[in-house]
Amino acid sequence: MAILEQIKTPADPAPTKPVMELRGLKKAFGTLEVLKGIDLAVPAGEVLAVIGPSGSGKSTLIRCMNMLEVPTGGTLAFRDQPVARRFRTRAGSIGMGTLRRHVGMVFQHFNLFPHMTVLDNITRGPCVVLGENRAKAEAHAMDLLAQVGLADKRDAYPAHLSGGQKQRVAIARALAMRPDMLLLDEVTSALDPELVGEVLGVIRKLADDGMTMVLVTHEMGFAAEVASRVIFMEGGMIAEEGTPDAILRNPKSERLRGFLSRFHG
Amino acid sequence: MYNWDFYTVLLSLDLFMWGIWMTFLYTVGSILIGTGVGLLTCFARLSRFAVLRLLARSYQEIFRCTPLLVQLLWAYYALPMLLGFSISNSTAGLMVLSLYVGAFYAEIFRGGILAVDKGQAEAAQAVGMSQVQTMTNVILPQALKKMLPAYINQSVIQVKNTSLLYAISVAELTYMTAMVNSATYRPLEAYTLTALLYFAMLFPLTQIADHFERRMRRSD
Ligand SMILES: Nc1ncnc2c1ncn2[C@@H]1O[C@H](COP(=O)(O)OP(=O)(O)OP(=O)(O)O)[C@@H](O)[C@H]1O
Ligand SMILES: [Mg+2]
Repeated sequence: MAILEQIKTPADPAPTKPVMELRGLKKAFGTLEVLKGIDLAVPAGEVLAVIGPSGSGKSTLIRCMNMLEVPTGGTLAFRDQPVARRFRTRAGSIGMGTLRRHVGMVFQHFNLFPHMTVLDNITRGPCVVLGENRAKAEAHAMDLLAQVGLADKRDAYPAHLSGGQKQRVAIARALAMRPDMLLLDEVTSALDPELVGEVLGVIRKLADDGMTMVLVTHEMGFAAEVASRVIFMEGGMIAEEGTPDAILRNPKSERLRGFLSRFHG
Repeated sequence: MYNWDFYTVLLSLDLFMWGIWMTFLYTVGSILIGTGVGLLTCFARLSRFAVLRLLARSYQEIFRCTPLLVQLLWAYYALPMLLGFSISNSTAGLMVLSLYVGAFYAEIFRGGILAVDKGQAEAAQAVGMSQVQTMTNVILPQALKKMLPAYINQSVIQVKNTSLLYAISVAELTYMTAMVNSATYRPLEAYTLTALLYFAMLFPLTQIADHFERRMRRSD
């Protein structure tokens, strides 16, 4: 079974429409303006890589996309519906709860629930949030675990897993909600170098299956390989954007060239 | 040399037993009510409404920064003058003990919740859980483990604090001991026995608290 059955039977009647659209999105922490007006549309099936120097607002941007950070200006729309700054969905706009049900997130430090087994980590969301029954949720979870190569770890606790295994469980946990889109924030940065490959492998498979993804990454080689588009952020703005080829191999601005040169050694 | 005579005080064993029973009831009652009050207060302190935070904080500081004995005397003797009707010593006693321990519990609960990594709540929210679902599924189970030793310690102190009910004539163990003493004129035996009885009640509890603390330190 493909990792993303639901993508193959398109839920989206008009695939050219963006899954998510940001217009003039701003975020300030007190007086510190971190995002200064971001315009961005993410079409279905796109793998969007976000690169940029530390502090440029990459994490803040991706966290605004599931409202973990509530924007202080501009709009966020999911499947053409504006997202409101409240949890529940009501007429005219969708709530943050509904948005998060459809937009999964994977964190740099995994954030697995340490008091639950691997299986519970994956099934808790579907059971509690979607009201799935336990048997169905477990069958789906086992399926996902098999796809990330961790079926034998179903009863293990996170403390007994390697970093790479934790991150693969975290990806399975996000996928268990059958999301329309996945947000990944430097998901390999906390891993030992020899464990990076196994996580990138899972993401590559997702990309091949057509999952819409936004990934913040410092793995330029990987971005060049899987991304359909790359944006370069600087100072809370999108400084440059284009195909991986244009951005990563033929950077126009001096700044981007300078930034990239740090990764080529 | 002093001539120990436990026999005389032991003739009043039923009074000691009654005292223990009452001490037990006031402890359990105030711990139960105090836990509820503590939880509410803790959630109020963590709420996004400033008024709730201020109310909760004020309550805590009033009860944490005045002596329990003064609170008991005030509730029993002074409060009725404001209310215009009297309250029984048992009501005043239970109310004050509960509010007193609740103020401390709230701080313990709050500490436990804040000690849970922020990423845990974010991960729960990221799969669409509401605040309540995040609390019950992810935060509280982890916080509970962290707060348990402090919670037990505070409860052990609460057993001892019931002895202050003596001041408003609630018939718990200390008060009963005073009664036995005035009837037998055997203060050494009476108060020694009572001290031993408190020790027998509290020692196992402190062992349990230590056990949890050790286990927690190992699992970290
Ligand atoms: N919760 C917060 N409160 C205050 N300031 C914040 C908060 N979160 C982020 N910032 C600030 O916003 C700016 C952008 O942070 P952000 O984490 O989005 O950068 P980033 O591009 O992800 O950097 P990195 O590559 O280091 O992860 C930084 O200056 C940071 O200090
Ligand atoms: Mg970041």
